Amino acid sequence: MQILYFAWLREKIGVPAETLEPPPGVATVGALIAWLQTLGPAHAAAFADPNCIRCAIDQEIAAPGASIAGAAEIAFFPPVTGG
Amino acid sequence: MKILVQHHDFDAGAELAALQSAGVGGIASFIGIVRANPADHPPLTALYLEHYPGMTERALTRIAEQAATQWSLADCTIIHRVGRLTPGENIVFVAAASPHRQAALSATAFLIDWLKTSAPIWKREDFADGQASWVAPREADDREAEKWLK
Repeated sequence: MQILYFAWLREKIGVPAETLEPPPGVATVGALIAWLQTLGPAHAAAFADPNCIRCAIDQEIAAPGASIAGAAEIAFFPPVTGG
Repeated sequence: MKILVQHHDFDAGAELAALQSAGVGGIASFIGIVRANPADHPPLTALYLEHYPGMTERALTRIAEQAATQWSLADCTIIHRVGRLTPGENIVFVAAASPHRQAALSATAFLIDWLKTSAPIWKREDFADGQASWVAPREADDREAEKWLK
């Protein structure tokens, strides 16, 4: 699946997007964050505080408990500050 | 209904004129502008706005559709700029046209309040001393948006 990062998450990880295949046991947004934390120091730093991170699955806001089954595009970003 | 996310500036006068039509009794609008001196910080050299292409347009369309339904608007416009903006530049334009003024005024406030808390757009402040910081959401903005749910 395609994983997208925005704002300071993108800066901390160093790329705007990457294609990753999480292991079969990773079924929810929360579990995906926990798995992403294990990928390396940059990911660990970016995902250190999941409370500061919002998620969208295929461009729809998703809660930590949401299933990622069948998702093509999952985005992680800080709380929005437009306007 | 007009929803645009763009790098270049907008012409507020032309956008307001485009909302005039038979049956419209009032048009209200709001323009957000880059402040030169944010509180408790060195002077700002630029505001950098990043967004989630695709999802931003979907989120703004949803907000506009909700406003159009709730206040029976004749029409509305949202234009949000992204990229690097300097102090004094326009950031965002929202406007609502309706048969009566109160609907236009209320819908305009709703559009900007909801846009701030639900469109996937992020601001980074670049300061004169070389530092940069991503803007943190303000609790007051959440409260402003939530009051429309009551």
